[in-house]
Amino acid sequence: MEYFFIIISAIFVNNILLSQFLGVCPFLGVSSKLDTAVGMSGAVCFVITLATVVTFLLNKLLLLFEITYLQTIVFILVIAALVQMVEIVLKKISPSLYSALGIFLPLITTNCAVLGVALNVVTKEFSFFGGQPHLFNLGEATVYAFATSLGYGLAMILFAGLREHLSLNKVPASFKGVPIALLTAGLLALAFMGFSGMVY
Amino acid sequence: MNKLQIITKGIVKENPTFVLLLGMCPTLATTTSAINGMSMGLATMAVLILSNITISAIARFIPDKVRIPSYIVVIATFVTLLQLAMQAYVPDIYETLGLFIPLIVVNCIILGRAEAFANKNGVVDSALDGVGIGLGFTLALTLLGLVRELLGSGSLFGWQLIPSQYNILAFVLAPGAFIVLAYLMVLFRKVTAKK
Repeated sequence: MEYFFIIISAIFVNNILLSQFLGVCPFLGVSSKLDTAVGMSGAVCFVITLATVVTFLLNKLLLLFEITYLQTIVFILVIAALVQMVEIVLKKISPSLYSALGIFLPLITTNCAVLGVALNVVTKEFSFFGGQPHLFNLGEATVYAFATSLGYGLAMILFAGLREHLSLNKVPASFKGVPIALLTAGLLALAFMGFSGMVY
Repeated sequence: MNKLQIITKGIVKENPTFVLLLGMCPTLATTTSAINGMSMGLATMAVLILSNITISAIARFIPDKVRIPSYIVVIATFVTLLQLAMQAYVPDIYETLGLFIPLIVVNCIILGRAEAFANKNGVVDSALDGVGIGLGFTLALTLLGLVRELLGSGSLFGWQLIPSQYNILAFVLAPGAFIVLAYLMVLFRKVTAKK
């Protein structure tokens, strides 16, 4: 049951894009077309889940040697290496998926959602539905990471759909491009705020 | 380009927030009040100046293939130093900004300046570029924080101006960030287009 709350909370209530503001750069950058948005969400989903599992285990090692202040450096290096590795493996195993993801794969290193989730699960104490606040174990961390990335994909795809419609409409000159997209994102965030009454 | 121009171009012509659209995550997330926005801007500026100086000094010795990972290590080192320093001297601000201090590592402004400016220019010019872009970022964040704080909690830098029953809470929450940034961007375009 607790996993269920983690999933609902991570996808809707604390949506990573619209309420935590992680990974906004690619959100604005690649959301003008629906298919690129789907590709990007897929790649992010894969990397966030994998990176969180690896950094979660690595953090145990950092705790053991009492060098947790190195978290930031270690995590970003692991993520960079992981993205590179995923790229190499995908190229070999599934060239079609590799070419579909294209440029988005290397860009994920600098997507702050990946580092953000990795740091969040090892430092923040979560509590769901009145439970005791506690640090995640490996299972919860994995589920949280996967659900968070699903929330990322959901927001991204919704937003890309909105922007495709937006491009057909007349927009005042000074609102063209990013400002009108930001306004749309604001309204989307407003809609997602409705979920905050559901689970806490 | 003279020294003064290097600084001023970061504030208006290449403003990282309103023109280059870099570093959107901290821009939206930490500007719930003017003080928070300003602290985030200053923290980023400190890392930017230090990493620009270091990278411009060592760029000649780094093989081209491994330059991005090397830059990331340099930036992450300074972020860790800043993190420890803030934890020691300004624990309140460190607590409020939270996750977004370590996330300075993946702020595209810093890696972007390393790639676009610091590895091609001298140490002094790179430091000035860091000051300029950093100032532009800090000003933009402070402005955004100022507007959101005034509308959302009715105060300016913590001074209560508007009674709390007239505040619009949505402006300090997520939607307000997007909407205020959008309107500030439109204003910025209008003002700079006239010049």
